[in-house]
Amino acid sequence: MLRVSDLHAKVEEQEILKGVDLEVHAGEVHAVMGPNGSGKSTLAQVLAGKEDYEIAAGLLELDGEDLREMAPEERAHAGLFLAFQYPVEIPGVGNSYFLKAAVNANRKARGEPELDAMDFLQLLRERAELVDVDEALLRRPVNEGFSGGEKKRNEILQMAVLEPRLAVLDETDSGLDIDALKTVAAGVNALRSEDRAFVVITHYQRLLNYIVPDHVHVLLNGRIARSGGSELALELEEKGYAGLTKGSSGG
Amino acid sequence: MPTATDTIEALAERDYEYGFVTDVEQDTAPPGLSEDIIAFISAKKKEPQWLLDWRLAAYRGWLKMAEPTWANVRYEPIDYQSICYYAAPKSDDDRPKSLDEIDPEILATYEKLGIPLKEQEMLAGVAVDAVFDSVSVATTFREKLAELGVIFCSFSEAVQDHPELVRKYLGTVVPRRDNFFAALNSAVFSDGSFVYIPKGVRCPMELSTYFRINAMNTGQFERTLIIAEEGSYVSYLEGCTAPMRDENQLHAAVVELIAHEDAQIKYSTVQNWYPGDKEGVGGIYNFVTKRGLCEGGRSKISWTQVETGSAVTWKYPSCILRGDDSVGEFYSVAVSNNRQQADTGTKMIHVGKRTSSTIVSKGISAGEGQNTYRGSVRILRSAEDARNFSQCDSMLIGDRCGAHTFPYIDVANPSAQMEHEASTSKIGEDQIFYCNQRGIDTEDAVSMIVNGFCKEVFRELPMEFAVEAQKLLEVSLEGSVG
Repeated sequence: MLRVSDLHAKVEEQEILKGVDLEVHAGEVHAVMGPNGSGKSTLAQVLAGKEDYEIAAGLLELDGEDLREMAPEERAHAGLFLAFQYPVEIPGVGNSYFLKAAVNANRKARGEPELDAMDFLQLLRERAELVDVDEALLRRPVNEGFSGGEKKRNEILQMAVLEPRLAVLDETDSGLDIDALKTVAAGVNALRSEDRAFVVITHYQRLLNYIVPDHVHVLLNGRIARSGGSELALELEEKGYAGLTKGSSGG
Repeated sequence: MPTATDTIEALAERDYEYGFVTDVEQDTAPPGLSEDIIAFISAKKKEPQWLLDWRLAAYRGWLKMAEPTWANVRYEPIDYQSICYYAAPKSDDDRPKSLDEIDPEILATYEKLGIPLKEQEMLAGVAVDAVFDSVSVATTFREKLAELGVIFCSFSEAVQDHPELVRKYLGTVVPRRDNFFAALNSAVFSDGSFVYIPKGVRCPMELSTYFRINAMNTGQFERTLIIAEEGSYVSYLEGCTAPMRDENQLHAAVVELIAHEDAQIKYSTVQNWYPGDKEGVGGIYNFVTKRGLCEGGRSKISWTQVETGSAVTWKYPSCILRGDDSVGEFYSVAVSNNRQQADTGTKMIHVGKRTSSTIVSKGISAGEGQNTYRGSVRILRSAEDARNFSQCDSMLIGDRCGAHTFPYIDVANPSAQMEHEASTSKIGEDQIFYCNQRGIDTEDAVSMIVNGFCKEVFRELPMEFAVEAQKLLEVSLEGSVG
């Protein structure tokens, strides 16, 4: 589904990704771990198409389509979703209004009929229940005045409503207490399916106790330094990234 | 909920039928301003002597005044002697015969606003025959209003039919020598609207200039007077969202509102005069004096304005809070795109005890637009326990535009409570990216973000106006990003 090959990306002339390879198939959950500054969030932003990043070299494909040629909204229409590390506030715009606009923009782009208010409301309620989000949150302006936990849950709700093919979660666990973490993880697990894939970007192993990945990758200094199964996360927890650096040949 | 199109269609259906249209085929006065021209205008309108005297006094005052230069706007000097101060309404022969003769760009805008064909013809000034009159909705309105004693007519008609009311109130809120543009208006005003709500009457419908087909051609110097007697209520809508072209570049209107004890006046404006082309050429100069007097205790005046048009806007709808416990409100959205300049805001003058005022101003600048909020809150010594809350927010789209805020506060009574909040935000690339990532394209994202920014003002507008205003904002900001 997602194919990233020898990806180099830079921001303001500074190379951050220095040849990343990643292959994700439908139904899989991949965890990308790494210390601060290793390029995790850059990878997420590059996948979603943030302008500030320049792709210097490499391949970036979703279902065989070249993502580099696609605007951010076109990537969304193709089924790519990014749960932001820092969700943005949009004052005065109701959360459910925003989501309806998003759902219908996607449907329109895919040539599907737009949902009317009633159908949308039904979908929204059902999804809110699935990921355990309180209805009061739907009536408030997008992320405005939300607590850190509410913002992250709102991202999961948006994901549940938009039903992406590939969801990239950028440090969705950061700043969450254990209860919120469990709720968020339960939401993600409820959405796991055979034709949907996840890339879970995280600093800590903790999240992976609740969202058990099929594959774990360690990103160090702009490259995938090691890949393995879910046991790799546990090894990291024990040895730390430093231990891994010593063991790896690439440095 | 009705869609914008439904709403506009519904509005359109109420049009084209009013008893207001006067059948006149006049001459046009030669360009230039003099006492003779003023006498000519007054005679054409068959005005009483006192009104001519009033106009002449205004004119003599105007001659001694200088055009204000303090506003944060720049424009070519106006040659007041080259303007034609009295023009006959166009005869059908001079008007376009069909929409084919209208600038396609204007038609495209009508299309985007979802304006029905018939109405497009009217707005574009196409010579249309009177076949549209079917059921005379307006006549029905007028009859219903008359039963309640409400007077709603053109200013000229009021001068003929209700001279005592006009004479009693004209110039009591905006004196004829109040300022340069108000004095000019007082000397040469063409027409406008007159509203009188008797004691205790709650006007059952929104009064709109939209009902009056000839209000479309009231021209450059419009004069409006609204009087709400004790305990009455009226909501008045001015303007329309369709782009209005006018060959007259200078517009200097005066609006006076008087609210007696326990009366409420709600005045809503959507202004969309031609802003000029992308270089700002040919746009309207809109220099307006609007002021309301809360004469009686517990009276209330609310101004709500959505200003998206004109090349230059100079406008400060104000309230004089004379009655004890009276309330003044000002809610404003002002957009300047391309080369547009807007210097707008309000004055709240607190005279009575426990008077309170609220100011919510939202300025949006895009392209090379310059947007200035200028507001003044004065608490006089007599205004015991007065309160004011002001909030001025500016939003910038792109990096070539500007936002400026000039709040003046003058407090002469220490019991006053003043709150002032101001913010300037740049429409965030992060916000747009966030919307993009959810599948919403940049144009829709901007309009959504801007509408969210203006929400506090839009919710003050009557429902149908609010829907139109949102749509209008989208069209006004089209192409401003990306």
